[in-house]
Amino acid sequence: MSSHSSSSEITFHPDHSGGTSRIWKIFWVLSALTIIELALGYFLYAKHGHLGYATVLSTKVIIGILTLAKAYYIVSVFMHLGDEVRNMIMTIVVPLCLFIWFIIAFLWDGNSWKVLRNTNAGSRPNIEHVAPAAVEKGAKD
Amino acid sequence: MSTTAIPAGTKWWNGGRSPFNASYGKVMMWYFLMSDAFTFGAFLISYGTIRFSVNHWADPNHVFNAFPFAGHANLPLAFVSLMTFILIFSSVTMVLAVHEGHKMNRKGVEKYMVLTILGGLAFLSCQAWEWTHLIMGDHAVLVNGQIEHWGTTVTKNPWGPEVMFNGQEVATPGPIAFGGYFFGITGFHGFHVFSGVVINVVMLIKTKLGHFDQRGHYEMIEKAGLYWHFVDLVWVFVFLCFYLV
Repeated sequence: MSSHSSSSEITFHPDHSGGTSRIWKIFWVLSALTIIELALGYFLYAKHGHLGYATVLSTKVIIGILTLAKAYYIVSVFMHLGDEVRNMIMTIVVPLCLFIWFIIAFLWDGNSWKVLRNTNAGSRPNIEHVAPAAVEKGAKD
Repeated sequence: MSTTAIPAGTKWWNGGRSPFNASYGKVMMWYFLMSDAFTFGAFLISYGTIRFSVNHWADPNHVFNAFPFAGHANLPLAFVSLMTFILIFSSVTMVLAVHEGHKMNRKGVEKYMVLTILGGLAFLSCQAWEWTHLIMGDHAVLVNGQIEHWGTTVTKNPWGPEVMFNGQEVATPGPIAFGGYFFGITGFHGFHVFSGVVINVVMLIKTKLGHFDQRGHYEMIEKAGLYWHFVDLVWVFVFLCFYLV
């Protein structure tokens, strides 16, 4: 505590006198979360083609949630944002909420684009695989 | 979470002190990182939009299945897991350097900064190998009725849908956006890692010269640490978007 800047801007110094056990604990948490993600990723790979749409999607959503958990631990503990005052935390975290809209809007748009691509802007029924057309020509050669 | 006891009724906005209880440099580093998060976020969301919009996208387990010195062994997720653990570990050594800085232990800061720099260099070496492997790859692709051999670049994607040709399954060209996004985003991240390594080297030199002991605090190590952890944070999302899903 005494080791810090003598700058008068900073009113209260966080207590850094503790050991490194918290850092190592977070290291193991991050490693465990990564290993679970890899296990789920490997599950998707090993069962590729044998899983329903809902199972694949929910597995990917779980992997995404685990990633957000990792991000929380990195920012809160390694970057010490959790030790800052509340005003400071809010000016960082609140603007990032824009990402909620950002992700939903653009992925939705991408999906809409795919539907239009496969239906001549709605005049033709949606078909899943349109790729082989060019290919049959090649196969005849 | 916070271990600081802040008395109730502290007047943060009456002047004479930082209302965020942090130095100008640290607050601005946070705002820079927030803007950088939006840059990376925009890149990754753009990638997601294009990936959602096409009928076929390369299967990452198929594309990223190689490991150095393992020949043609099919090892999906293996190499990228190694890269992920290298970066997590270098984040830990960075936070340990910051911890030693709080204790004004110069030798400790030097030791952990060296380890962090080595971790960064190891990650960059892995990425150089991975890029080389992808670009120099040799994959049969059916183009206009003929088999060609392609690597993965920003203009060529040999990972399109597979079709039957002369009784064999062969890939057709896929959307070129794959290479553009992969090399663009991992390259932008790799450039952040590179600049992080440069910043850490500068911090190591300044530590060795005793600048922070003269100054009376190691806050520069904290600010460099924020940048370094951010690089790890971005990798967590790159890992998710390009390799896992």
